[in-house]
Amino acid sequence: MTAVSVTDPPPSPGRRLRRPGRTLVLNVVAVLAGLGAWTALSMSGITGLTGPVEVAARGVELVADGTLTNDMLASLRRVFTGFALGTLLAIPVGFLMGWYATARALIEPYVQFFRTIPPLAIIPLAILLMGIGETPKVFVIFLAAFLSSVVSTFQGVLDVDKTLINAARVLGASDRTIFLKVVVPASTPFIIVGMRIGLGAAWGTLVAAELIAAQEGLGYRMQQAQLYYDLPTIFVGLISIGVLGLIMDRLLLLAERRFTGWQERR
Amino acid sequence: MNTKISFQGVSKTFELKGGRFLALDRVDLDIADREFVTVVGPSGCGKSTLMGMAAGLVEPGTGRILLDGAPVTGPGPDRGVIFQQYALFPWLTVRKNVEFGLRLQPISAEERHRRAQHAIDLVGLTDFADALPKTLSGGMKQRCAIARAYAVGPQVLLMDEPFGALDALTRVQLQDQLLDTWSRERRTVMFITHDVDEAVYLANRVVVMAARPGRIHRIIDVDLPYPRTEEVRLSPEFSRIRNEVWHSVYHQAPAA
Repeated sequence: MTAVSVTDPPPSPGRRLRRPGRTLVLNVVAVLAGLGAWTALSMSGITGLTGPVEVAARGVELVADGTLTNDMLASLRRVFTGFALGTLLAIPVGFLMGWYATARALIEPYVQFFRTIPPLAIIPLAILLMGIGETPKVFVIFLAAFLSSVVSTFQGVLDVDKTLINAARVLGASDRTIFLKVVVPASTPFIIVGMRIGLGAAWGTLVAAELIAAQEGLGYRMQQAQLYYDLPTIFVGLISIGVLGLIMDRLLLLAERRFTGWQERR
Repeated sequence: MNTKISFQGVSKTFELKGGRFLALDRVDLDIADREFVTVVGPSGCGKSTLMGMAAGLVEPGTGRILLDGAPVTGPGPDRGVIFQQYALFPWLTVRKNVEFGLRLQPISAEERHRRAQHAIDLVGLTDFADALPKTLSGGMKQRCAIARAYAVGPQVLLMDEPFGALDALTRVQLQDQLLDTWSRERRTVMFITHDVDEAVYLANRVVVMAARPGRIHRIIDVDLPYPRTEEVRLSPEFSRIRNEVWHSVYHQAPAA
């Protein structure tokens, strides 16, 4: 037996060694190059295109008078509410669809049908049915987040390795135990991927949702800026949306590392 | 001898597109208590199906399977199953994997830890008890799966080509280790393989199956002493039995 332990080689490390330092440097170089290209383009005289300096100045102004912070908070609140409600509902519905063939047969036609309709196309209907308050805005974001993450969750449950379920079953596990101790952990990676897709969809729907008679919000601010040909403000809005989305995605990525670090990768 | 598992007139038909496929045709087989039986045969001979039935994962079509005289109605912790694909829970450490089955039993936490540790020591994974499966080699993963099956104290071990995915060297090491574990805590073992050497080296008896329809072709006794060592593996007696099994696997007369 000792002979086995000695000659059993430890698994070899991955071929590609990770060098986080180098990656970070390349990331920064790419961003600086992008800013440089942007500056060059704006100075080459493309009509109306503003450069990074002007945009930064406008950003500082908007932060100073509190507009940007207010807009961000308003947008974040909508995105977060819609996203949270959407994914919170998507997880149980996804499990239901993955675990019970009957539930899947009943729910799937609706999910697949509504998935083909862009959330933006729901907006006219949402306004007529829900008025012009917060409800229709949050609703379309909710719908976008729900539809994109429910499919991933339910696919995750369907894809749970049957051998793992059999392994639990032969150890004496009941259906309930199998669900809680095998299906739920095994589909966690899919759920988190679903949440990331849902988050992308939620941000994607935000600007359009804020076209619905909003009084504040990044999308509303950009809409206003468009009326006044105010390019710097539009850029500030775009960059804010990008940065906020990136931060939220990174947070989910951290959660993914934390909860699904057990996965064998590449 | 006490019969542990008894297959009595077991047949199984699968409905496929374009017709019915007779996977097993009236199989009769008795496996004695603490016996090590290997089942070898060409693909499609129904050997995995036969084992799946003993595990309670596959329903027999006709006939019945008795465990200690009582019909098998489903899976249970009295029969440990080892799968070719290891089937470890990748989110659990070696120790938690081994404890999985123990947690389903009405025993104290102390007892659970003690039994898990014992099983981990038994397969030589003591230093890797807190490692995740992704950090283990194939051989170590399969040893962990064996520990997990042993921990719940099954009377029967059902192994479905457990070393099929391993390289030849690791495979030989695991065979020795399995026999070592088995000789210290003897259980009834039904071991499916497609490797003739492995079948002969491990077993008291080799069951050779034939395909289309799946059935038992021959049963060959292996009168070699345990513990089996390299000496046994290289002995003329081993070669003789190996040749006999080889011929009955590869030169089967077509079904009448």
